[in-house]
Amino acid sequence: MIADPILLARVQFGLNIAFHILFPTVTLALAWVLVYLRVRIGCGGPAWLTDAYRLWVKIFALSFALGVVSGITMSFQFGTNWPGFMEQAGNIAGPLLGYEVLTAFFLEATFLGVMLFGRDRVPGWAHTLSAVLVAVGTTASAFWILALNSWMQTPQGFTEIDGRLHALDWWAIIFNPSFPYRFTHMMLASGLTVAFLLAGISALQLLRHRSFEPARRMFRTGVLLGAVLAPVQVAVGDLHGLNTLEHQPAKIAAIEGIWQTERGAPLLLFALPDAEQRRNDFVVAIPMGASLILTHETDGELKGLNEFEGQHPPVAPVFFAFRIMVGVGVLMLSLSWVGAWLVLRHREIPRWLLLIFAGMAFSGWVATLAGWLVTEIGRQPYLVYGVITTAETASSVPASHIAVTLTAYAFVYTLLLVSYMIVVTQLAGKEAGGGAAPAMPAAFDPATA
Amino acid sequence: MQLDLPLVFMVLMGLAILAYVILDGFDLGVGMLLPFAAREEQDLMVASIGPFWDANETWLVLGVGILLVAFPLAHGIVLSSLYLPVALMLIALILRGVAFEFRVKASGWHRELWNRLFSAGSLVAGFAQGVMLAGVITGFLDGLPYLLFALLAGAGLAGGYALLGATWLVLKTEGDLHAKALRWSKVAILLTVAGVAAISLASPFANAAIMDKWFAWPRFLWLAPLPLATAAAFAGIWRCVARLQDGQSKREWLPFVLSVWVFVFAFAGLAYSLFPYLVVGRMTIWQAAAAPESLWFVFVGASFVLPLVIAYTVVAYRVFWGKARSLTYGA
Repeated sequence: MIADPILLARVQFGLNIAFHILFPTVTLALAWVLVYLRVRIGCGGPAWLTDAYRLWVKIFALSFALGVVSGITMSFQFGTNWPGFMEQAGNIAGPLLGYEVLTAFFLEATFLGVMLFGRDRVPGWAHTLSAVLVAVGTTASAFWILALNSWMQTPQGFTEIDGRLHALDWWAIIFNPSFPYRFTHMMLASGLTVAFLLAGISALQLLRHRSFEPARRMFRTGVLLGAVLAPVQVAVGDLHGLNTLEHQPAKIAAIEGIWQTERGAPLLLFALPDAEQRRNDFVVAIPMGASLILTHETDGELKGLNEFEGQHPPVAPVFFAFRIMVGVGVLMLSLSWVGAWLVLRHREIPRWLLLIFAGMAFSGWVATLAGWLVTEIGRQPYLVYGVITTAETASSVPASHIAVTLTAYAFVYTLLLVSYMIVVTQLAGKEAGGGAAPAMPAAFDPATA
Repeated sequence: MQLDLPLVFMVLMGLAILAYVILDGFDLGVGMLLPFAAREEQDLMVASIGPFWDANETWLVLGVGILLVAFPLAHGIVLSSLYLPVALMLIALILRGVAFEFRVKASGWHRELWNRLFSAGSLVAGFAQGVMLAGVITGFLDGLPYLLFALLAGAGLAGGYALLGATWLVLKTEGDLHAKALRWSKVAILLTVAGVAAISLASPFANAAIMDKWFAWPRFLWLAPLPLATAAAFAGIWRCVARLQDGQSKREWLPFVLSVWVFVFAFAGLAYSLFPYLVVGRMTIWQAAAAPESLWFVFVGASFVLPLVIAYTVVAYRVFWGKARSLTYGA
């Protein structure tokens, strides 16, 4: 069998980007949670804050390191895997990435050193400022990379000269039609991921040590954060979908599994899309649901895949990934509301609920990855929607080289992912397990003094 | 006046790569030396680079970022030609980068595994970067002589990083570890001298244009100060280290500073050899450049932000000035 180098290059890049996004998803929102804790510590808050900060700053540092190293890999893979992308769209992609390095990467990486290790070397305000700058850096980084990603989905503000794209209007390029929705959607995704990580890891600690104060407090923080953000995410996700319908109707047709243009399209809860016969099997559907959600009318017309023959994404992966994302989202919404109700009424959290929260600790990752698969596979066969196809940008690197390095990356990433999850849960256990280091009285604690 | 933007970005890229090689060079070097130290010393060695490595590696992203931003036509050619060494370097950097965290958070045999991965990753990353350098010098040619040249360059650059790492430890440590660092410095000087000499002598044979640039009379006379200054810097490091060992000198910062100068001189020589090509003999910086409106957009931002980056980098190094102490996460 001769392996297809384009497919291998896509799998490799997809693997790397999927691995990478796990960690910024954690650090984006966790950076702001740490700022919140740090500011409260600085204002002389209660002692549990210091214990909570100590655990979560370790998890932050670990996540950050994994994000940095996989991010460096990505900066090289743009060139090694998609040289054609930079040749054709480099005039636009390059400056956006350049600004990310200049305004975000240096800021976060430099002040992370001070934030992690500089507590006894700088005054309290400077340490808090470092934490703020790290958070600003991670958010700025998300801003630029999502500007580029959104531009690839809804490109504008450019012209094509001799096969190369040239920028006409940077404002239009950065604030392209899907950017505000995608940026908000991603920031909320990060918030929800961290909410469930906080609640899940704290639940693990509470299962071991029921009255452990930092865990009780952080569980509460995580649950309430989730309960607030989940409904907002539902609303933003809906707006994002309407925006996609306007600019990328083929993606919506794949998401909803609509093969033929129709009025009053049903909302498919489950189906097996058949790409050969161009129809769905084993359908479980709510009549007129899709039309109602997307056009806000029961008999609204939705364009089917038949209108984009040869230019629409593969249906099954987009269709299923979307349902996984929404499924996890619904689970998050219900769970966080049940949790919030108990927490706000100061009820004891039952053991079974703690177990579910612990099991959901990394659920944000599942939803985020599924969402990325929807939007990135949904853009195929284009790399820049409607402008550049993925196939024409691929590298001439031999398939065997890609196969060897792909195997190596897959091995390393699996090792790291497993190690990360083990270490995070172990760290939590160490903190809660019989109190390795008893909390100092507030008056003697350098952080609160 | 018309600003030659491709030239400006060439200089910026050169400085970013030089900054990377020196800054990540010392922390990679410290990583390579880890297996030669005792258990408690290892923690202190890592502590001496812990606050800096993230930001140091960002210079690599800036370097490859400028290649991508300013010279998109060369970016693809260079990186797909260097596909395998780049992949090797990336995997090494990944393992080493995460080992910083895992080696202190894991327990039992896991801990030892991450320690090994930390030093192996440092060594392999340095070596792979040397191989990449050889590819750039020869214009990505294949064949046994070029392969040997690449291996030589890999060993040479790894040796140079070990020198930066050892002299950094001379600066940042005390007592037994300090004495060890001085001994490592001496070995690393010999390795680096061999590496620099071998690369310098082999390059003109690997690439005829370099031969012409250096050995045409009377140009050779104008260029002679560069190799002479490099030799003087090497001799200076050796003498300083010897005097520090005998206790005749207190200038612990001097070996590191002189090692940095070795890298600056070697870099200047290479820059002279290769200019104005990005892909030797095939593509100059002007042929590979991005459109002027894109270069302007980045240039304006970089003129404001880069001085700021340099300023707060200096601040960060000042915060951790003086001898290294063990690291703890403070709240």
